[in-house]
Amino acid sequence: MSAAYILSDSWTMTRRGLAHWGRQPVAVIVGLAFPVMMMVMFAYLLGGGMEVGDYREYLVPGMFALAMAFGLEATMVELTRDLDKGVIDRFRSMPMAPSAVLIGRSIIDLLQSALGLLVLIGTGLVMGWRWHGGPAAALAAVGLLLLLRFAMLWAGIYLGMVAGRPEMVQAVQILIWPVAFLSNAFTSPDTMPGWMGTIAEWNPMSATAQAVRELFANPVWGGGDSWVTDHAVLMAVVWPVVMLAVFLPLAVRRYQRLGD
Amino acid sequence: MTTGDHAIVAEGLRKEYGTKHALAGLDLTVPRGTVQGVLGPNGAGKSTLVRILATLLRPTAGRAEVAGVDVARHPDEVRRRIGLLGQHAAVDEHLSGMQNLEMFARLYHLGARRARSRADELLTRFGLADTGRKPIGKYSGGMRRRLDLAASLILDPEILFLDEPTTGLDPRGRTEVWEAVRTLVGGGTTVLLTTQYLEEADQLADALCLVDDGRIVAEGTADQLKARLGGDRIDVVVRDREGLAAAASVVGMAARADTVTTDADRRLLSAPVTDRMTALAETVRALAAAGIEAEDIALRRPTLDEVFLHLTGATGTVTGTYEEASA
Repeated sequence: MSAAYILSDSWTMTRRGLAHWGRQPVAVIVGLAFPVMMMVMFAYLLGGGMEVGDYREYLVPGMFALAMAFGLEATMVELTRDLDKGVIDRFRSMPMAPSAVLIGRSIIDLLQSALGLLVLIGTGLVMGWRWHGGPAAALAAVGLLLLLRFAMLWAGIYLGMVAGRPEMVQAVQILIWPVAFLSNAFTSPDTMPGWMGTIAEWNPMSATAQAVRELFANPVWGGGDSWVTDHAVLMAVVWPVVMLAVFLPLAVRRYQRLGD
Repeated sequence: MTTGDHAIVAEGLRKEYGTKHALAGLDLTVPRGTVQGVLGPNGAGKSTLVRILATLLRPTAGRAEVAGVDVARHPDEVRRRIGLLGQHAAVDEHLSGMQNLEMFARLYHLGARRARSRADELLTRFGLADTGRKPIGKYSGGMRRRLDLAASLILDPEILFLDEPTTGLDPRGRTEVWEAVRTLVGGGTTVLLTTQYLEEADQLADALCLVDDGRIVAEGTADQLKARLGGDRIDVVVRDREGLAAAASVVGMAARADTVTTDADRRLLSAPVTDRMTALAETVRALAAAGIEAEDIALRRPTLDEVFLHLTGATGTVTGTYEEASA
């Protein structure tokens, strides 16, 4: 399969995703509004009870990381729907570039998350959150967030194929909540019971949240006493790269052997 | 092996999942331009066969050629020559009919302009031109299936695989799909059709094979398969249920049949016959002589249901008619 076909077929698959946006504006808006709602809810409903400094400055970058991690679910839903309807079977029976199905999926999901991140950053600014570092550091922060999303995306593609059916995704939807909360997104791991705090510190999502706070020059609570929190930016690169190294080949292999 | 005249050749196809098998050494040849019906109960291996031939699955053992091309060695060459209609309408629910066909046509590398004109052409051909802009979510089951079929025909495939194409459709949707398939066959396409419905196989297929437990248990035309059950049968409906047993022995003697089956609820008995007219005359005379009143006497060919149950024994439960299945 020539490289030209991989490019053109991936573009066709991306256009398909864009056409979905046009056909389902409500779903797109709900998808964008959900993390915004979460952020507003935590900032105003729970934030009042937090006494440490400006909670919003701490929370907003955590919510960015959380939104990226939750993207896993969206990828799984879309992929299992295609598998269930037999659309993937049709693609596989056609003389198109097989890789384009997964590449297209990853491009459109990344685009959607980038858009979601933009909306979330806008909401954060409205709520009074600011970045205090330079523009290069801010761009690096956005890059790290999208890198986390990209890693979650390939985990989602692989897990979607393992789950196979949309109903199975619900199990993952429930499991992702404790993983998301067992992090530094909402509060410092220092305030958690010892072992829980350690898990929260080592959570890949925490590394990204911590690194993004450093790059935006937002408050970084706690830390300083553990290696992971001292090397947040490094770990925000290492974790997604490790996840990609595991899930990308697994996903490709699984796709090639669907049904076997 | 020469495959010049054959659209599909399968030799010793096996597909194993752990210790279970879906196919247990299946051989099949399908001549070009014909409709091959593959009949069998759920889990017999029909879909596995289609999925291997359509390059979606790799066989554990054996080999297959489609349009003269080895499916395992050159799947991409095979994909250029086939169309696949799976068990579900494999179209994008969120797009319109037009968007669907255009997308698939682009993925067949027709290029933007030709993709659009081909999509238009197919929508018109399948009577979907008016609804082409609506999202598929608003389509009926039959319309969805026709769009699915249109998507399978973008490249005018030499061979079309139809895997239970009318499962889940109402009678109207089924008729729509049958008509579309008949038109195609008229154009010289080779079709491999799997179905659980004997009526569908009888309606569409030139040749049939019966698959059970991953093997072909019988092959031939519908008439040949029916003939394997001993040719024609005589059916008698008696007036009184009490007279059914006596009538069965009288008819058995008169028609020289070894086995007479009876159905008490319908007051019906049925026996195979060799010489149609003699058997009919003898039966009428013998019943009158025995003083048994008959409401109806008829000669008929055996149904494919009878053939199927006869050949697969107790392992197969096949749906007799469409009406029963969809009820």
